Amino acid sequence: MRKGRAALWAAAIVAYLFLYLPLAIVVVYSFNDSRLNAEWVGFTLDWYRKLAGNDEMISAAINSLAIALVASLVSTALGTMAGVAMHRYRLRLLPVLVLTPIAVPEILMGVALLIFFVLLNFTLGLVSVALAHIAFCIGFVAIVVRARLAGMDESLIEAARDCGATPWQAFRRITLPLIMPGVIAGALMAFTLSIDDFVITFFTAGAGTVTLPLQIYSMIKIAVTPEVNAVSTLLMLLTLVLILVAARLSPSLLRTRPD
Amino acid sequence: MAARAGVNWGKWAVSGPPLAYLIVFFAAPTLIMALASFRTPGDFGGLAPLVAPDGTLDLNLESYARLAESTAYAEVFLKSVIFAIVTTVACLVLAYPLATLIAQSPRKYRDLLLLLVILPFWSNFLIRIYAWMIILGPNAALARGLNGVLALFGVEPVPLLFSSFAVLVCLVYVHLPFMVLPLYANLEKHDRALLDAAQDLGANAWQRFWRITFPLSLPGVYAGAALVFIPALGIFAIPDILGGPNDTLIGNLIKQQFLETRDWPFGSVLSIVLTVAALALAGLAAWIGRRGSAGAARA
Repeated sequence: MRKGRAALWAAAIVAYLFLYLPLAIVVVYSFNDSRLNAEWVGFTLDWYRKLAGNDEMISAAINSLAIALVASLVSTALGTMAGVAMHRYRLRLLPVLVLTPIAVPEILMGVALLIFFVLLNFTLGLVSVALAHIAFCIGFVAIVVRARLAGMDESLIEAARDCGATPWQAFRRITLPLIMPGVIAGALMAFTLSIDDFVITFFTAGAGTVTLPLQIYSMIKIAVTPEVNAVSTLLMLLTLVLILVAARLSPSLLRTRPD
Repeated sequence: MAARAGVNWGKWAVSGPPLAYLIVFFAAPTLIMALASFRTPGDFGGLAPLVAPDGTLDLNLESYARLAESTAYAEVFLKSVIFAIVTTVACLVLAYPLATLIAQSPRKYRDLLLLLVILPFWSNFLIRIYAWMIILGPNAALARGLNGVLALFGVEPVPLLFSSFAVLVCLVYVHLPFMVLPLYANLEKHDRALLDAAQDLGANAWQRFWRITFPLSLPGVYAGAALVFIPALGIFAIPDILGGPNDTLIGNLIKQQFLETRDWPFGSVLSIVLTVAALALAGLAAWIGRRGSAGAARA
């Protein structure tokens, strides 16, 4: 029995190393005083300094943040409504539309939206990317909010209604404050998904608009440079903080599966 | 009566906006893409006019016929399916011990161990691909060490980067969390009393695993398999960045049709076939899984 336990630990440690070693290497080499990402030479902050002077990268970062902000705000509003609606009512179409974008291969949504925008003569750019991001974030927010609602005591609402509250008042004063951690967790998730998205952005951004992932993509298609390590490290730090806060607010985040 | 009308109002007020948004920005585009697969490509990309000058409607099956014309497309599909299956199996092998360990850990550590599995999933997709460019690069320790050993046996150095190997390793890396989560969710619910009973009846560790734990975990296995298989089948960035010239998968073919050849109808055909294949194979796995677990419950 003890031998089995040790083998289990060994296998698990291998899996954890497999998950973290690659990311650790990216971070470590971002401080490496060498152009080649091959061996450790010495400590430097040069790559971060270079990053601060890289106008293309900064404008890509601003685009990404702007899109993520708009996409997370709108998708949180719509996703919360979807989560509440799916919890409260027996619906047929909404759950399907909320969950399918998460279940089908991402590239499908990317090319479908590309055709859609071009046929409508809608200029590809920041707006088309934000509209696309909202569409795939709604489902994630809805799942988190619904999970939060599932743990809520329904009698609170009934009590409020018995005391004469309108449905809106009951929602505004009872339901919303109770599901708020879930809503905020969903918003943080949506922000992270948006700022990280590559595939759907790749198809809906058009030629002139660059976001951080698109910028990273065009850089690594040409060469491996420690500047990419530096921007990757900063981006990882940002998403790490966002997700840890979200997981703290909504522990069910850990158990939500997109299926 | 008034109350009932009010309830319906509320239902539409709450579900209406997200429903409308998803109809416009998900259902409609998908439907348009499905229709585009029956059209003729335009002279300068996009689609030919729906109604030709002579009044005929532009609807045909030519792009579907093109798919059947050449075995090259079938080969790409087959290769994508094989890559996705290998990825799924490798993820299962890596995830099973990890999920078992987490499920057997004291409750207070479980969330932390689980969080550690999920965190890498939330780091940028491209960064995770880029990390493997560094690890598998020709100047990195791994390639030099491996090729040093191979040289001892007189074997030519093998490139690790820009190969099917690189694509597969990264596919497993990116999708591993999707397998751990459903497996853990399943294993956590297992009743330990069953294992104790089996032990009392003389079953050894392997028998207890293979006859009890594994069959009971099949729903989790199939859920994880679907979550890994579907995205792995449609991937294009990983072969695009880490693959060699022969590592074209369906995703790359689709990207080509939309951004290079600009043949929308054929690109749409490929996207539809990809989605149908992914959902059908995942559905098949789920169906087998249900039958399997039903069988285990009877046994």
